[in-house]
Amino acid sequence: MKTANYLVEITMLMPELTMMFMALILLLLDLVVKKKEVLAGVGISGILVAIYGTYKLFVFTEPQSAFADMFVLDGYSNFFKLIFYFNIILTMLISLKYMSIEKASFGEYYALLLFSTTGMMIMASASDLITLYLGLELMALSTYILAGLLRKQPRSNEAALKYFFLGAFSSAFLLYGISLTYGLTGTTNLKGIAAALQTLNILESPVVFLGLIFLIAAFAFKVALAPFHMWAPDVYEGAPTSVTAFMSVGPKAAGFAVMGRVLFEAFGGMHLQWNSILIPLAIITMAVGSISALAQTNIKRMLAYSSIAHAGYMLLGVIAGTPGGLASMVNYLMIYMFMNIGAFAIVIMLRREGFQGENLDDYTGLAKSHPLASALMLIFMFSLTGIPPTAGFIGKFYVFMEAINAGYTYLAVIAVVFSVISAFFYLRVVMNMYMKDPKEEVTLTTTSSLNLALAITTVMVILIGVFPSFLLNLVRTSILG
Amino acid sequence: MVPLSWYIILSALTFSIGVFGFLARRNLIIVFLSIELMLNSVNISLIAFSHYLQSMRGQMLVFFIITVAAAEAAIGLAILIAFYKNNPTIKVDEINLLKG
Repeated sequence: MKTANYLVEITMLMPELTMMFMALILLLLDLVVKKKEVLAGVGISGILVAIYGTYKLFVFTEPQSAFADMFVLDGYSNFFKLIFYFNIILTMLISLKYMSIEKASFGEYYALLLFSTTGMMIMASASDLITLYLGLELMALSTYILAGLLRKQPRSNEAALKYFFLGAFSSAFLLYGISLTYGLTGTTNLKGIAAALQTLNILESPVVFLGLIFLIAAFAFKVALAPFHMWAPDVYEGAPTSVTAFMSVGPKAAGFAVMGRVLFEAFGGMHLQWNSILIPLAIITMAVGSISALAQTNIKRMLAYSSIAHAGYMLLGVIAGTPGGLASMVNYLMIYMFMNIGAFAIVIMLRREGFQGENLDDYTGLAKSHPLASALMLIFMFSLTGIPPTAGFIGKFYVFMEAINAGYTYLAVIAVVFSVISAFFYLRVVMNMYMKDPKEEVTLTTTSSLNLALAITTVMVILIGVFPSFLLNLVRTSILG
Repeated sequence: MVPLSWYIILSALTFSIGVFGFLARRNLIIVFLSIELMLNSVNISLIAFSHYLQSMRGQMLVFFIITVAAAEAAIGLAILIAFYKNNPTIKVDEINLLKG
């Protein structure tokens, strides 16, 4: 065994180490700093350092692996890290005022966001099932606490409890899948698994298939695919809104990152087998997400079902089984992040002392009193529906196109049908805002940081919608090389 | 010499008992114990495979699982206590504030 140069290898971990270090600094600063908004500023500056690190490491054209092939740096992982950075920065920006309204302005909140994001980054870079598991647990354990951060509110307690129990249940499934795969192939390394499956000629073995089912079930829990989605609406509704925004993008993106990597790298030869599981999952997910959302009266719950439906659309990129399909899935996740956090930023604006602002009725006549906020919500709702010229259309268009190119035309047709159904509940919000008279005066809580987050998300949603080529080129170069 | 298959069957049985306990029992503490049972059944199979294959990876993973399970237990019980302070119940059926 050759002696590895650990100093070189540790530089590849620099972004993760920076995030971890910042989280620890924030925990210490929390003891002396009284204004918790300062901590968010410190946290964001730390993230900018980590972004710089990722940018410096981006110059590697060839995938670089470290620590006995446990950790890999390639365009795929770097692009996912970009999504996670945007996610955490936007979440921090929208949560400054909100957390003090909820009387939960804890310094640990920012530290936990950083820990969770570090876990996601490790997941995106994992090229071994052991690293994957550790990253997943770091992400999940931090998110359980975040969901229950409002510990005086029974709803938040219950959300954390449900999330914890179902999350722990799903990680047990993941481990059982890992143990079966390890037992048959003799390794936990993703490339090693692929090689062993080929040489031992056990691609058709039912036990390998069983292990694959366990792994997919665990990933499906994380990205909330039906029928493993039961936790999502409850947790999204009960958790603090800023955490909901964070959770609906971060863990989902991380789940898709590992799903894509494990299925393509380790089980690439079993495309037919995993598609026989994923295709029914995708159809059920789109159906459950779009149809259940019709009946919701709480906007956070509605957005939870919408995020389930979106996971179904993204899954089409994985089902296509081509590098292009993977690229379209990543592209969709990036776009989904902007439009979803934007929508949640508007939901957060409605929250003020003594007013939840979570019901769809609270949006009645909002356009009369707050035309700008309503216009932004309109853009996000159009984008979530997938109406051009917004970014959501570009995301859906490329995923569906890749599915058709790979020969899954019927899936694309089903997906289009369900996105037409989904237009009903997205546009109901718009109708409430524009076509009804206001019942009561709604005042919005605006802060400069929330406005900044809204500006970033709106500009990105429009910009990607009108000029999609820069994002598509970035995705192509990072994933297809 | 106990053959490998016995360990794997033991692990599969314990895992199934854990899944059944998770789905069927109505007491949160028992549900929590069921999750621990599932994790430990995975440990049995990993160590059996590791010994059979003469590779250290499985045993390494077991150490990580034990550590993470300890952290998970701490966080889970903390969440449970925070929950219990607001709604003094540990019956699964009574946790129904969020639904729709």
